[in-house]
Amino acid sequence: MQLAFTEQQQAFRSEIRAWLKANVPAEPLRTFDTEEGFQQHREWEATLNQGRWGMVTWPEALGGRGCDLIEWLIFEEEYYRAGAPLRVNQNGIFLLGPTLMEYGSEEQKARFLPAMAEGRDIWAQGWSEPGAGSDMAAIRSTAQRQGDKYIINGQKTWSTRAVWADWLFGMFRTDPESERHRGLTFILVPLKTPGITVRPIPQLDGLPGFAEIFFDNVEVDVSNRLGEEGAGWAVAMATAGFERGLMLRSPARFQETARRLVELYRANEASVSHDPQVREAVMRAYLDAESYCLSTYQTACRLSQGGKIGAESSTNKIFWSELDQNMHATAMSILGARAELLPHAPAASGVGHWLDGWLFSQSGPIYAGTNEIQRNIIAERMLGMPR
Amino acid sequence: MDFTFSEDQLLFQDSVRGFLVNEITPERLRAGWDTDTGRDPALWQQLAELGLTALTVPEEHGGLGMNAVDFVLLAQECGYVALPEPLVNHALVAVPLLQDLGGELAARWLPLAATGEARIVAAVEQNLVVEDAHVADLLLLERDGQWYALEQGQFSCERNESVDPGRRLFSVAVPAGATAVASGAQAGSLRSATLNRGALGCAAQALGLAQRMIDLSVQYTADRKQFGKPIGSFQAVKHHMANVAVRLEYAKAPVHRAAYAVAEDAAAAGLAVAQAKLMACEAANLAAKNSIQVHGAMGYTWEVDLHIFMKKAWALANTWGDAGWHKQQVAAAIFADGAALGAGATFQ
Repeated sequence: MQLAFTEQQQAFRSEIRAWLKANVPAEPLRTFDTEEGFQQHREWEATLNQGRWGMVTWPEALGGRGCDLIEWLIFEEEYYRAGAPLRVNQNGIFLLGPTLMEYGSEEQKARFLPAMAEGRDIWAQGWSEPGAGSDMAAIRSTAQRQGDKYIINGQKTWSTRAVWADWLFGMFRTDPESERHRGLTFILVPLKTPGITVRPIPQLDGLPGFAEIFFDNVEVDVSNRLGEEGAGWAVAMATAGFERGLMLRSPARFQETARRLVELYRANEASVSHDPQVREAVMRAYLDAESYCLSTYQTACRLSQGGKIGAESSTNKIFWSELDQNMHATAMSILGARAELLPHAPAASGVGHWLDGWLFSQSGPIYAGTNEIQRNIIAERMLGMPR
Repeated sequence: MDFTFSEDQLLFQDSVRGFLVNEITPERLRAGWDTDTGRDPALWQQLAELGLTALTVPEEHGGLGMNAVDFVLLAQECGYVALPEPLVNHALVAVPLLQDLGGELAARWLPLAATGEARIVAAVEQNLVVEDAHVADLLLLERDGQWYALEQGQFSCERNESVDPGRRLFSVAVPAGATAVASGAQAGSLRSATLNRGALGCAAQALGLAQRMIDLSVQYTADRKQFGKPIGSFQAVKHHMANVAVRLEYAKAPVHRAAYAVAEDAAAAGLAVAQAKLMACEAANLAAKNSIQVHGAMGYTWEVDLHIFMKKAWALANTWGDAGWHKQQVAAAIFADGAALGAGATFQ
């Protein structure tokens, strides 16, 4: 055990820190749940890519830096410390990218990865359907093979950033006789294809952060299939594995929220001192965010020495999503009567972006597999409790 | 950056676990409750033969010269079986303290500590009562800002019964005319270091206790049937245990980091230990709460083994600095001007 960064790791930190200092926009970008903000974030992805900071964990040949997990954690720490824009293409970079590298043909890699890296192609996910939420194997949208085409029909929903995205990756039933996990195929679909209707769905903040997508005899070339026909479930599980795993929510994000929460508490200490629970909750936010960081480093070190990620990784999503919710709930308590006010309201001094964060934190226990599903997985696969 | 244990450390943990799980059965623990001392010299001898009493003693005094990182996984295993012998205090707390005290005292006692001929126990001001004072061949005790080294027979002790029948706790009076072995600023820094080690020992044992309570509950809920099914197949029961697993999972790395900070004598060791103890003891307390719930009425009985581990978890949460004391350490660190917080601050 040696809990210090090497000189090389420190040099890497200095390099990204300097680049971010020179390149992070002084004016915060608009949220990517608006058309203008989406375009700004797309441009930011291109800027990141020019600095070769877009996909640091990707191999060098694909425009990445071949970073190991520790370097990735350092990158994330500097990224959040610098207040750099959120990643509009995280579905592509962190979920589809690694899946393409594992399952994609050379032709598919060459076709999709550079465009993803440059921010030219922004990706949305297509998993959920009206009748297939937590029960993803209940997918009913079909892709019928006709020669070298698939004809897609059906409906996907809760597709994050699909309103302005260019592509969608998702699962469709290619074998109409099949049931459950069998007969599903992973297909990449250009969202501009005729027959696709994207209907924006306003989220809690009123902005169209996700959409439902209708497919009416949509023709997609067979070369857009990822993995074998009927093997979609295995490909999707690899993607969901990345999603649940380390990449989705790095500790830096929560440590920065905890740091800002301490600042908010100290700035408002006089007005909240009558509620001792607030002080306790702020402290707890710090403890949990630190513990999340420590555990992530420990896992990253274990993996980089050849260890395998196990069922215990299912604890990850519950931990960060509840932490995020708790931290924002505490911020709301500190802000008191100002908590409900939108940032531009005349009486909303010092409210920052806490309200946006509070709204978003409500989604954490739901998306990427509800926390109830995660608890089932922990009980059955990690603890070995009976089904 | 290497936050892993070595192959040797993990192998040692495995072999110690194997020994402890075989030897320290709940039946043996129960038998110990009714004996005079509650402690078993034969078992202590076996621990010595495994090298455990010598682990942290420097090589020049006949020990293995290992540190808190080497011992922390073993302390977890001691928690897993609720080991009654004062091994964690001896190896993780008292032996390093004896080294810090140095001089003739250390030269005389460290070799005896290594062979296991002497059981050494330490306690600080924050310990209202002293654990295992009755079997300590040497007691290193801090009272009123001074440290005393008291041999068995040189002090009187009065038993305080604990809710946990496995714990033996004593009020110890420093005999009149006893000479202090450390005082003033030195005594203060020895207290901080000793409290850190004692609290680390509690935290590590709490991890083991929490795991044991999960294992007992998983077993019980697989065997117990209602409505024609094992109760462990019901989501309401599963989620109780999943919640414990989540809190336990995220308490481990803080404990291991605290062990590292203690071994390195890091300036921020106090904060690391406070965090570790709060996280680990809360996980163990949640394990106790949810485990008794899924055991139903059986969990409320003396007969079922759960209470052995539950009661020890309750006790450890408020010993070697109670929860409030450790929260105060965290609060003092994070609410200070210029506190190092946020992304990238953890390992600075």
